[in-house]
Amino acid sequence: MSRSYHARIKNPRLALGAGIALAVLLQLCGGWTDPYTTQVILFAAINVILAVSLNLVMGETGQFSLCHAAFMAVGAYTSALLTGKALPAMLPQLAWTGTSWASQLTFLPVLIIAGLIAAFAGLIVGGPSLRLRGDYLAMVTLGFGEIIRVLLQNTNAVGGARGMEGILPATNLFWAIGFAAVTLYSMIALVRSTYGRGFQAVRDDEIAAAAMGINTTRFKVTAFVIGAFFAGVAGALYAHAVEFISPEGFNFLRSFEIIVMVILGGLGRPVGVAVAAILITLLNEWLRDLSQYRMVVYALIIILFMIFRPTESLGPFFRRFLPKLPMGRTETKPDNAS
Amino acid sequence: MSAGHSLLEVRNCSLRFGGIAALTDVSIKIEAGELLGLIGPNGAGKTSLFNILTGVYRPTEGEILFEGGQVAGLPSHEINTLGMARTFQNIRLFGSLDVGMNVRTSFIARLRNGLINTVRRGRSFRSEEEEIQEEGHRLLSYFGLQHAALHPSRSLPYGDQRRLEIVRALATKPRLLLLDEPAAGMNPTEKEELKRLIARLRDEFGTAVLLVEHDMKVVMGICERLYVLDQGKVLASGTPEEIRANPKVITAYLGEDHGEVVG
Repeated sequence: MSRSYHARIKNPRLALGAGIALAVLLQLCGGWTDPYTTQVILFAAINVILAVSLNLVMGETGQFSLCHAAFMAVGAYTSALLTGKALPAMLPQLAWTGTSWASQLTFLPVLIIAGLIAAFAGLIVGGPSLRLRGDYLAMVTLGFGEIIRVLLQNTNAVGGARGMEGILPATNLFWAIGFAAVTLYSMIALVRSTYGRGFQAVRDDEIAAAAMGINTTRFKVTAFVIGAFFAGVAGALYAHAVEFISPEGFNFLRSFEIIVMVILGGLGRPVGVAVAAILITLLNEWLRDLSQYRMVVYALIIILFMIFRPTESLGPFFRRFLPKLPMGRTETKPDNAS
Repeated sequence: MSAGHSLLEVRNCSLRFGGIAALTDVSIKIEAGELLGLIGPNGAGKTSLFNILTGVYRPTEGEILFEGGQVAGLPSHEINTLGMARTFQNIRLFGSLDVGMNVRTSFIARLRNGLINTVRRGRSFRSEEEEIQEEGHRLLSYFGLQHAALHPSRSLPYGDQRRLEIVRALATKPRLLLLDEPAAGMNPTEKEELKRLIARLRDEFGTAVLLVEHDMKVVMGICERLYVLDQGKVLASGTPEEIRANPKVITAYLGEDHGEVVG
């Protein structure tokens, strides 16, 4: 048992290395795609970050959050202000074009600050409201999402309802895929640990979890804040990929779209959720022609997934290729049995 | 633990929901390492007493002293970290976690490595995970559940699920273990096993046990002292022999007429 256990601990690091290597490789072999394909890949990576981070809140911890897009908005606007106004004002002698060295080198701290501000917003919403359960939490998060949107719409400094345009194109394949890999790694590493099982314990039975000494409120707030952090990073990446943001882009429907990815991928299965995020992104592109029917198609797909449960049949398929996962293997260590 | 304090002392506790009094002026004492039984007819307030002890409810009045410190009104997880663990009348295992993980959740509150170290997976994290793995495995082996460590907890037979709940509570290293009807739904063989298990908890782990149980054979067989609750009040306390001979207890269980006949 202990050998398979080690394999499980080390697995996510390999995935992280592979993901970052892929990100560097794709970036270095620039020019292999047209701008449209590049943008679709960027969206896919950003959606992976959003869905996998929401999965920690919804899938692992079982808290229904309807404001993931609002945290995305906080990150997007924070980073847009940083790269568009704060940095050029502080260091006017450097070239700030988005693709310039100055922009690229400062982009990592910008992303992290965007994430931290979003995480702070998550703390403010989550701290008091995660004492609520189920429907009430959904209502509070829905309300918070709307508050953020209305606040942005009425703040002229960030363009109000017109939004902000001319955001520097700093997001490239390296940042997007790299951060998707970091997110996926962090979530898998976090959940597959004794600490991480606390999230699932809270989801399964809050009263029993508390009786085992688990501070359930703290676990819920932690999940919420981590989720908000990565949503903020995703928002920053998004803003610098499309170069234009407006409050409407982060409304309830955007949150709903992320929820769809989490449900399609199978709640509590980070890899499945990442795959679903990529599929939904592609579906988005395929369904572009019938844009007003898109949500209808989404609903149909969810219903079909609920009926046929393809994620469950995909499970054994993945397991065959990851034979080290110790699921279902029985204990065979007689020396400890005494 | 400072000398002179009982392990647990409940002083004049009452619990009311609106006009309904679940507990009225209940006082009980448990000494370290004691096997104590709590019996009473249905609705007597046994589970209510458990719930105020473990922080699910705050008592309307009264004090609860654990090793001399006030715990009434503290949240459940803090009471657990002070050294009081419990099981539930209706089994509350973590259904999506396997048997081993269920036990390992008890170590979460006592982890040395926090969030950042967990994600970094450094040496300190790995050695701690190994320790927890071994400790969890040792506990499971001790109670004969090691073969099922990787099985889903829901797939266990009923008696094993109850046993797993006790192991999980024991893994938090309590000095007082509260067992809420552990024999419910068990067959006679499983009940005999349970009696031995509870005796081992005290003899080998030094844990005091407060046992709520309907099965008189189990309670009378292992408890050194009993409290009888009826309609939210302490009706009697004493050794199993004293309780068996107490006319008030017989009346409470069997009704007035029988009480007169027997008493």
